[in-house]
This record gives sequence, C-alpha cells and structure tokens, in this order.
Amino acid sequence: MSAPALKLSAVRKSFGRTPIIRGVDLEVPAGERHAIIGPNGAGKSTLFNLVSARFPVSSGRIELKGEEVTGRTPHEINRRGLCRSFQITNIFPHLSVFDNVRCAVLWPMGYRYSFWHRLSALRDARERAEEILERIGLAARRDTLAGVLSYAEQRALEIGVTVAGGADVILLDEPTAGMSRSESDEAVALVRRMTEGKTLVMVEHDMGVVFGLADRISVLVYGQIIATGTPAEIRANPAVQEAYLGKSVADA
Amino acid sequence: MSGVPPVLNRRRLLGFGGFLLVIAAAPLVVSHGYALSLFCQIGVMTVFALSYNMLLGQTGLLSFGHAVYFGMGALGTIHALNAVSAGARWFPVTLLPLAGGAAGLLLGLVLGAVTVRRAGTTFAMISLGIGEMVAASSLMFPAVFGGEGGVSGNRVTGQGWFGVTYGPQLQVYYLIAGWAFVATVAMYALTQTPLGRVANAVRDNPERAQFLGYNPQRVRFLMVALGGFFAGIAGGLSALNYEIVTAEALSAHTSGAVLLMAYVGGAGTFYGPILGAAIITVMQVVVAGITKAWPFYFGLFFLVIVLYAPGGVAGVLQLHLRARRAGMLRRLAPAYLAGAGPVALLVGGTVTLVELAYAVVNRVEEGTARLRLPGLVLDSRTAPPWIGAAAAVLVGALLLRVVWKRISGRWAEIHAALAAEGRS
Repeated sequence: MSAPALKLSAVRKSFGRTPIIRGVDLEVPAGERHAIIGPNGAGKSTLFNLVSARFPVSSGRIELKGEEVTGRTPHEINRRGLCRSFQITNIFPHLSVFDNVRCAVLWPMGYRYSFWHRLSALRDARERAEEILERIGLAARRDTLAGVLSYAEQRALEIGVTVAGGADVILLDEPTAGMSRSESDEAVALVRRMTEGKTLVMVEHDMGVVFGLADRISVLVYGQIIATGTPAEIRANPAVQEAYLGKSVADA
Repeated sequence: MSGVPPVLNRRRLLGFGGFLLVIAAAPLVVSHGYALSLFCQIGVMTVFALSYNMLLGQTGLLSFGHAVYFGMGALGTIHALNAVSAGARWFPVTLLPLAGGAAGLLLGLVLGAVTVRRAGTTFAMISLGIGEMVAASSLMFPAVFGGEGGVSGNRVTGQGWFGVTYGPQLQVYYLIAGWAFVATVAMYALTQTPLGRVANAVRDNPERAQFLGYNPQRVRFLMVALGGFFAGIAGGLSALNYEIVTAEALSAHTSGAVLLMAYVGGAGTFYGPILGAAIITVMQVVVAGITKAWPFYFGLFFLVIVLYAPGGVAGVLQLHLRARRAGMLRRLAPAYLAGAGPVALLVGGTVTLVELAYAVVNRVEEGTARLRLPGLVLDSRTAPPWIGAAAAVLVGALLLRVVWKRISGRWAEIHAALAAEGRS
C-alpha cells in the first residue's frame, strides 16, 4: 500500500488569538477526487492555503506523497508535485495566454531560470503548452493578453496553468465560482478531463458540482472536519445535515 | 507549426538592422564635434536605460539607486584604464567596458542578495537607501572614488592597432556605438529566454509564479545582477568617453535621470528606453544650451508624459502602429491636423511666458529685460507681450479642448473596431 497523496495530522492555524483551523486530520489516497465543503467561514480556503504553504501552520504536520512538507515554501512544495488554483483568478495579466501556460511548464521541464536557452527554440515546452491550450479550449486565444479574456476563459486558463506543470496532486479552489449554470457544467467537464489520473482536492460551494464530481467528501465546520465519506454517506449523515446541509442548502 | 522559428525574422531584421544603420551613419550625416559628443552620450545612456528597464519594465522593480552600478562600472573601468596606462597590466582598451560590466555584476550580486526580498515600495525604498549609502561612501574613500575631483585617466594607451588609438572622438563614438549595439542585442536576447519570460511572470504576479515552482526572489536577484552587469558596461563606456569619473556618476541625480529615460521612452516595450535615452539626452544638452529655463521645460514635459501618455513615447507609437495595421490611421489625420494649431498656440504661449519671466529675473544680472526671438524683440517691462502670450495659452487650451473631443472620439472608434476584430 503506497503512501497517501496528501496527509494532514492535527493541523491547526490561528490568526492572532482567533483559531481558524482547529485540528484537522485528513488522508487523501492517490488518484482520489476529494471535495471539501462547509459553510462560509468554515476555513476551507485557509486549509488550502496551509496545504500549499501560502500560510505557515501554527501546529500539526502535512505530508505530501509520504514526505513531510510542513514549513516548506510554496515553490518547494510545487516542485514536489503539488499545484493549486485560486478562488480569485490569479494569472499573469500582461502575458499572452500561451505564455501563461508556457511559464507553468518551463520549470518542470528543467529550463528553470535559464538565460542561455532561446524560448522559441524549446519545442517540447511549446508543444506541451499548445496541447494544454487545445485541451482547455483556448487555442484560438493563444496570443491574446490573459488580462483581457472573459471571466469564464480566465477560469479555464486558471485550471490550465494549474495542471500544465504536470503536478500529480491538484488543489482547486472553487473552480466554478461566479459562473452561470451552463458555464459551470463546462467547467466541471474541464476539471474532470484535466485531472484524469491525478489526485484532486477541491473546495466547492456548488453542491451539484460536488456530488457529481467527488469520490469522497469532507465536511469542514468551524475549523474541524465533522465527517468524511462518499457522497451517499455524507448525504445520509445526520450531523452533516444538522450542521450544514439541512440548515442552509439554499445559500450553500 | 512544429519547426523552430529562425533567430532573424523580418521584424527583428528590420528593427536591429535599422538601429545598426542609424548608429553607424549618424556621425557621417552630422559630423559636427558638438553633435558627435551628443551621439556618444546618447549611446552610453541607451545601454544604461535599457539595463534599468530590465528591472522596471521586465521584472517590475522600481529602483531609485540604479546609478550605483553605473558609477561602479565607470570606476572599475577608469582604474583598469589607469593600470593599463601605467603598464601594470596589458589589456585592449576596446574591451575595457568589460571591466565595468564585471564591477557592476559583482555589485549586483552583493546588493541583489539583500534588496530583492520584496518588490514594490520596499524594494524602491531599499534601493534609495543603498544609493545614498554608496554615494556617501564616495567621499569617505577617496583612494577608490577620487574624492571631490574624481578619478581621471587617459584612454590613449599606446600606438593602437591600425590607427585606432581612441584619440579622436569619432573613434570613441564607434567604440560606444559598437558596444551599444552588442549590449542591446544581448539584452533583447535575454527577454527571449526562460528567465526573461519568468521575470515578466514575477512582475505580473509573484505569488502565482511561486506556486508554479519559481522562487520570485531568485528571479529578481538574477535580473538585478544582470542589470548591474549592463549598467556597469554603460558606466565603463562613459568613463572612456569623458576620461573622468566623479561622484556624479553614482549620485541620486543619475539614478533619477535613468528612471526618467525609461519612463518617458516607455517601460512597456523593449525599445522604449532607447527613445527615452535619446530624447532626454537631447533635451539635457540642446535645450540647456538654448535657455536657462530648461529644467522647467524638462519637468513640464515629464508631467505631460505621466498624465497623458503613461505608456511613454513608445506606448503612443505602439498605439498608432496598431491603428495603422488596421488601416485606420487615416481617420485620425483630420483631427490631428485640427489639433496642430491649438498645440502650437499653447506651446508657443507657454514658452513665451516662461522666457519673459526669466527675462525679468535676469534683468538684475545682465542688464537686459528683452527677450530676443528671431525677427522679434519682446520687452518684458511692457504689458503687451505678457497679454499676448497669456491670450495664446488661453485660446490654445480652449481650442484644444474642443479638438481633443474629436481625437478621443476617433480613438474610441478605432478601439471598438480593433476589439471587434480580436473577437472574431
């Protein structure tokens, strides 16, 4: 049995004296699609920020593919095979769509900070970036500045940039936030396509998306996971219904 | 689609070929000694401004202390030159700017390590502090910096090869032009490498770059060090040009000048700072030779650029090139023609007012209150010139307001048309 893709043990985080994450244990096996749901302010985004090292944990331990990564920097964690997206679109606005994706593939392909390679001569990087553009449906927008794309296009690019580097653990923070129903359906199909064979952990508000996409779901309430299970188990869990679903399906 | 594009495409061939042609032919077209020394200065500043834009435009680092690399490069070169002159070392003068580059690179490696933790205001403030520190130490270590008098040298070190002794200014010009061309090509090439592109990514969004595996501090560090190298080469060229290096070279004044050059020329394009270096140098030298009020015009010009053309001269050019490619430049011509008159009134009136004011001030010193223009003498002690100039400014401004609406209306049409094209 191989190590889980992601393992959190007793992870805590306080901002000042306010505890936000109050002891989270979570194991995501390799290849699983795992969703984290919970009411507003439950700490879902904070949990993501801890796992991706945007913030340091106050205490606890985070393991990525069996290796402890607690206290590492974001770029070190990325180089170990974890990549994340952002809830608020977070791309390179003054670079072309193509260059956004190409920047994501240059590091893992070993070009790093090279100033002795000619970018346009790097066929492997270009072909990989073009393949990603094709798959996220932005090939026609290749040379457009990313900052002027439509919102849905920017969200697609966000996902493309996140998976382009070939990380095998992908964290998506609300990939369908702010989308219409039809846009959201397309985004779900995109997420499914792009994370094939990878470990996916996502935060999502839209219950339709969560129950359609996730293999397992964890429910985070006030900084603690109150339940983890398959969609059917979570739906049937009385504690979840009380704390979250039953009370506020409408505004979830 | 899958082949590797050639290094020399049509655009680059035209751009760099044109650049090479201009710098090679400039002293043949205008060979006056005054023009030649002006060209030399532009060449030096071209390299300096481009090196500055590696930080400002490409990596998003606003530096107020870039002159320290320039000054150190100049000092490194002049000391190396003096060692060569004294016979202590043998080194061709042609390659001496490399000593400046090495000094700039070394300083960049040291200072880069401490300044790049953050971009934005933090970096700007640290660069200001370090600039002041280095400038202050120039008076504390006279052996290195030469104290008040600076360090001088003699660039003619021997018989030279094939008559190239760097005695005549024309030979120095071609030395500077050659280095400027090589350095420009090298800095352009850098923008086309993985580091160059990742620097843009770090400029746009350092956090996201970090989540893609890049260490933004490392990227900034490398760009500061390489920027220091090219600024050092510029300093070295200036040392060979003037044969003297004073504390001025690494002062806040020089740091400010290079910022203006990059900004006025346009930090958003590669070639913008070249235009900026030429424009600002010409203004500094030529306008200063015509009128004592030149710093005033200088400030006014900078203000106009910041307010009305934040993309700099290159930004304005770029806009018009886009319109031309879409075949819509002709639509602007009538509005621009209509604007020419009001602009002439406004500029003429403003200049007359400023010069009249200076004439009043100078009356005490030079016993004249008259402003001499070709074919016209204005007496600043009488009212009519003042009234006329003020009226010109007022009428010009009012007319320009009307015309401006037409111009911006045309631009709105062009932008709409371009956007529609981009969509389809």
